[in-house]
Amino acid sequence: MSELDKQSIDQQQHWVSDKAYNPNHIEAPDEKAKRYYKASQWRRMWWQFKQHKLALYSALFIILMYLSIPFVEFLAPYSLPTRHTDHIYSPPQSVHFFDEQGDFQGPFVYGWDYELDMVRLHRNYSEDKSKQYAVEFFSRGDPYLLFGLIPTDIHFVGVENGGTLFLLGTDRLGRDQLSRMLYGMRISMTIGLVGVILSFFLGITLGCLAGYYGGWVDNLIQRITEVIRSIPELPLWMALSALLPITWSPLWVFFGVSTILAFLDWTGLARAVRSKLISLREEDFATAAVYMGAKPKRIITKHLLPGFFSHLVASASLSVPAMILGETALSFLGLGLRPPVTSWGVLLNEAQNVNIVAIYPWLMAPAIPVICVVLAFNFLGDGLRDAADPYSNANGS
Amino acid sequence: MIRYLLTRIATMIPTLLAISVLIFIIIQLPPGDYLETYIAELESQGESIDPQKIAALRADYGLDKPLAVQYWHWISNFVQGDYGYSFEYERPVAEIMGDRLWLTIILSFFTILFTWLIAFPIGIYSATHKYSWGDYGLTFVGFLGLAIPNFLFALIMLYVANRYFGTSIGGMMDPEYLDQPWSWGKLKSVLEHMWIPMLVIGTSGTAAMIRRLRANLLDELHKPYVLTARAKGMSEVKNLTKYPLRMALNFFIADIGSLLPSVVSGAEIVAVVLSLPTTGPLLLAALQAQDMYLAGSFLMFLALLTVIGMLVSDVLLFLVDPRIRFQKASK
Repeated sequence: MSELDKQSIDQQQHWVSDKAYNPNHIEAPDEKAKRYYKASQWRRMWWQFKQHKLALYSALFIILMYLSIPFVEFLAPYSLPTRHTDHIYSPPQSVHFFDEQGDFQGPFVYGWDYELDMVRLHRNYSEDKSKQYAVEFFSRGDPYLLFGLIPTDIHFVGVENGGTLFLLGTDRLGRDQLSRMLYGMRISMTIGLVGVILSFFLGITLGCLAGYYGGWVDNLIQRITEVIRSIPELPLWMALSALLPITWSPLWVFFGVSTILAFLDWTGLARAVRSKLISLREEDFATAAVYMGAKPKRIITKHLLPGFFSHLVASASLSVPAMILGETALSFLGLGLRPPVTSWGVLLNEAQNVNIVAIYPWLMAPAIPVICVVLAFNFLGDGLRDAADPYSNANGS
Repeated sequence: MIRYLLTRIATMIPTLLAISVLIFIIIQLPPGDYLETYIAELESQGESIDPQKIAALRADYGLDKPLAVQYWHWISNFVQGDYGYSFEYERPVAEIMGDRLWLTIILSFFTILFTWLIAFPIGIYSATHKYSWGDYGLTFVGFLGLAIPNFLFALIMLYVANRYFGTSIGGMMDPEYLDQPWSWGKLKSVLEHMWIPMLVIGTSGTAAMIRRLRANLLDELHKPYVLTARAKGMSEVKNLTKYPLRMALNFFIADIGSLLPSVVSGAEIVAVVLSLPTTGPLLLAALQAQDMYLAGSFLMFLALLTVIGMLVSDVLLFLVDPRIRFQKASK
């Protein structure tokens, strides 16, 4: 609001500029406005997305998680099959920086001993303050193959020879919980992705067909959707997992079933795509394209799909956490992955009864990454959805 | 309206037929049948099996006939109200389901009520206070409920309830009321146990509802008619409830279709963890044991409810929303 406007409001006077009137005068947009108007749809979405700080950090978190998947062997303090038979059901150890005298020693752990409590049949762990083991970065430990190729034995964190480092405790076989959680991440975060992608493409294709052509195509697809939606998912899962060859490993069975389920899971997306297309194909630009002789394929992919593709990305990002939660739930029932495969669901399967909650609460730790990842994906999806339509809130915030 | 209703009902019949075939196939997909499960069970107990007896049983249950005949036998009886006979319980399916159905319906009713009571105020607040701290905070709490795996939350709640409130672990009532006729004491005991499953199942559903209500309401709140009403001096509360909220509720009505079957099946996994005597665990067990008629009739029942639910929500939308009504009438 300029000075002039204020004046005119204050004094309620009619005011005319003395300058000569130039009918060709156009107010030149400044640099900022120019950038805004020239920006592509995707650039505007990115600007909008950046506003949602929570979504931005969630996206960073998720990218970091996926980037660390190839380096799991390096990140985990111990390798997957390593068992510490002397340290069964050990609670998490604490890392110290100052010794008994209060002198700074750098990160270290004390010796980790236990006594058997013969009354409760329970091991009581305690710190042996006479022994100190330094916690080292890039330390040597269990040998492994990096990327399945390079033999090495360097781990991100480790402890001096003779010491133990159980940051999240151990399970009933004395396996390090933190290492298992890291290995579990590799499977839990990737196994359903193929299913999500498959159902994404099926949903878009069938939804487009139904929405664009209408008529009997629409009717047929609608009926199929209705039939599929009427059958609960759990029975389907049980039947399908019993059907797959028994010689397959549990990992392949799960992969197979999640792929098959994708063929049944596209209905929600197809419905959304259909209703969007129905409204979009009535728009003037779509009619214009038809009159200019564009083929249906071109109209759908060039003119209609870009109008709501970002919505689809958002909805796909929301189906990933559903898949991660589904994996944990099914593994819990014994229908999903089974040991020796290590996933978050399999790990949580060990925390199945109330005694665990009461006596060995650290076995529930794998729930933390599950919660974090599901939250992050939800915030990301939320941010994407808000950013999906960059033109609609141009005048808003 | 009547014509619309009739065509809808007419299209339901082929849909239901297709569903019934699919359900039958799903149940038959795993190799073997119930008798093989039964034989394996007997063998594991060290009992000998008389092959003649098995053959007789197979003939009794019609398991030796071709699949098409078995299907026809099942579906024709189902239509007549005979849901078949459970192999495992050795009782008619209707009797077994009846026991558990009531508890499931009570539980689901309270869960849905709980979800609505939480989700509605939060959704409205989040939409009217977009990007405020309250919006972020409440959304976060809602998402947290979604993100915690249900079975784990159930376990923790069991522990907390037992440790700090002294409620007996699991189930829907104190053990002394099991198999007792309904009484005030029993009802009180059921209500005391109700809050754990209600909280666990309810929290997982609130987040989705909050988000959808918020998104739908936000779409409406930015429309010119809201601004006009405000300019004309309508109070904010009335300006919210009179039109925008009603519009935003369409999705909610459209959801009733999926609500009906979930009322009856309940949340299976939570029910298993909390050992609730609802229908969910029954269905799981029946599927695992290949108890054909119990599983099949139950699934068919759920499918029927889904299809009816979709019809109900379509009719409700038709009645509630004049835009849909006029659009349909003009076509």
